[in-house]
Amino acid sequence: MNNNLLTVNIAGLKLQNPTALASGILGYTGDSFKFVEESGAGAIVTKSVGVSPRVGYSNPTVVQAKSGLINAVGLPNPGINEYTEELKYAKSVLKVPLIVSVFGYTSEEYALVAVKAAEAGADAVELNVSCPHVKYTGSEIGQNPKLLTDVVCAVKSAVQKPVIVKLSPNVTDIVELGKAAVKAGADALTVINTVRALAIDVETQEPILSNVRGGLSGPAIKPIAVRCVYDIFEALPKTPIFGCGGVSDWRDALEFFLAGASAVQVGTAIAFEEPAVFEAINKGVTAYLKRKGYGSVKEIVGLSHQA
Amino acid sequence: MEVSKKLSAYLTKLNTIRTTAIKSVKSESPTVKTFTLEDDICSKANPGQFLMLRIPGIDEIPLSILNAGEGQVQFSVKAVGDATRHLHNLTTGDLLGLRGPFGTSFTETRGRVLLIGGGTGTAPLLFLAKRLAAKVDRLSFVIGAKTKNELLYLTELDAVCTDESAIATTEDGSYGLQCLATEPLEKLVDKQKFNMIYTCGPEKMVKSIFNFAEKRKIAMEASLERLIRCGIGLCGSCMIGKYRVCRDGPVFTMARLSEVKDELGMSKLGFDGSRIEV
Ligand SMILES: Cc1cc2nc3c(=O)[nH]c(=O)nc-3n(C[C@H](O)[C@H](O)[C@H](O)COP(=O)(O)OP(=O)(O)OC[C@H]3O[C@@H](n4cnc5c(N)ncnc54)[C@H](O)[C@@H]3O)c2cc1C
Ligand SMILES: Cc1cc2nc3c(=O)[nH]c(=O)nc-3n(C[C@H](O)[C@H](O)[C@H](O)COP(=O)(O)O)c2cc1C
Ligand code: FES
Repeated sequence: MNNNLLTVNIAGLKLQNPTALASGILGYTGDSFKFVEESGAGAIVTKSVGVSPRVGYSNPTVVQAKSGLINAVGLPNPGINEYTEELKYAKSVLKVPLIVSVFGYTSEEYALVAVKAAEAGADAVELNVSCPHVKYTGSEIGQNPKLLTDVVCAVKSAVQKPVIVKLSPNVTDIVELGKAAVKAGADALTVINTVRALAIDVETQEPILSNVRGGLSGPAIKPIAVRCVYDIFEALPKTPIFGCGGVSDWRDALEFFLAGASAVQVGTAIAFEEPAVFEAINKGVTAYLKRKGYGSVKEIVGLSHQA
Repeated sequence: MEVSKKLSAYLTKLNTIRTTAIKSVKSESPTVKTFTLEDDICSKANPGQFLMLRIPGIDEIPLSILNAGEGQVQFSVKAVGDATRHLHNLTTGDLLGLRGPFGTSFTETRGRVLLIGGGTGTAPLLFLAKRLAAKVDRLSFVIGAKTKNELLYLTELDAVCTDESAIATTEDGSYGLQCLATEPLEKLVDKQKFNMIYTCGPEKMVKSIFNFAEKRKIAMEASLERLIRCGIGLCGSCMIGKYRVCRDGPVFTMARLSEVKDELGMSKLGFDGSRIEV
């Protein structure tokens, strides 16, 4: 959807509407990004990509919980060299900003992948320092202010494009990590990645995921995500935020805006509400803004803090 | 809003793993076994849909539904690798996890229909043929395999054909015609005007049938395979063109096959998300 009420600007990225595809969801091919764009998304975040190819974990990699999913896919990705062609193709067919999600095992790796992604046409990079189920990367970096600072500094000094840092909720104080990322140069934050979780089959009496532990997404984590956005906005009111976690309709999106997010990313709802969820959110938000007499979605960002 | 809440509750139910004991196992060929399980949700599946089968502690794999009804579901499994070989070692009473049924099903048509199955790809077509048998004017079935003892479901196929029997083809000539399953196509279509071809099997076979159907302007539906992880249209492992094989497929109509024909029989995503040959 494309109307003036909905346009936002996040760290220099111009979005026609405040919704984006979350990383790891329909995240590999230019054709699938195009399809998601046509379904109404205002920006695309790719699957997280690293230096070398990874096949990920064996199935089961995604398991249903009562109001969400637990996944441990294990960051399968072709490696940035192989992926460059697909990124170039994606860039050539997309109208909306293309954000490449990046992971690595060292700050040098994060920087290397970010540079290659930028060369292939990425409009921004999102640093996955929050994947909860792969050793020596993801949240093992994002939970440690020192490692996080190193990674963000390394990437910032290597690329000119906006750098977005995706935070993990699996920490004692998310604000501390958010501050570290911003101090190191992060242009925006994505709040949050999945919440560490586990499911057990009572008949076989063993964990279901092949990796045992995974990350919870979907409606179950929305209140946690809204709280995290609220806390981050309170501490860092000038840093643009992508709210992420359990957004499945326009009311959910509005909660995130009111808590302090400038836009939302949508993942799990794509399976349960279809990709048309983007259009539905945009319609609902537009109607709300008109009904309440606002001229732009920007006017309601963080509004709940004044109450 | 109402509709979408209902859909999401329904999908949550389908996608929740049910762990259940194997009711029975039947050997179809030296490499293929058919399993019967009790599951209310999968027993309502339609031909072409698939389920995700968890072999506890080993893997979770997609399998086409061979038969469904009266609280039960059946599928056939060919032993090709780790998970499927493990499955072949299980027997009545052993536990398996199920979710689904997922994906699109074949459109039921009337008139004259031709079904072409290769290997275990014959399973969803047999399910379809049983549904169609009493309703169509003509039902012809071509089944192909490398060699005689890999031809599946022969007696059941004969029973659903309106011809005297199904046409069997083997690559080594040990049974039926010595040729690929695609070969009898031209003759059959010259003799009879078919208004629909249904197929499932190796993708090179599907591709050549697609090329034929396109040239002869016959409607067609094919069930395709890609790497399935989530099975619910989320992870993107199963993309062909802009479609998700697990959600928008596995059954593709002629129109959609045309849209993805550059990838059909050519490329797919591998376990690491890179493009590999089919
Ligand atoms: C929609 C659909 C329906 C299917 N129906 C049947 C059926 O009715 N009967 C049958 O015997 N087989 C069927 N298959 C194929 C079956 O899923 C694979 O043979 C099985 O997953 C192999 O597992 P493995 O561990 O034994 O072999 P592996 O050694 O792990 O793999 C052998 C090959 O099987 C394929 N494969 C492995 N894992 C998967 C996966 N998660 N998704 C898709 N392909 C995979 C790959 O091409 C791989 O190269 C179907 C596949 C799909 C996508
Ligand atoms: C199947 C699946 C794969 C994911 N892969 C990634 C990934 O590669 N990188 C990443 O940063 N987040 C990944 N995520 C997390 C999502 O981007 C998102 O942060 C999380 O799912 C919460 O949003 P949601 O409730 O809308 O799904 C994945 C989530 C799911 C369900
Ligand atoms: S298997 Fe995950 S989208 Fe199809």
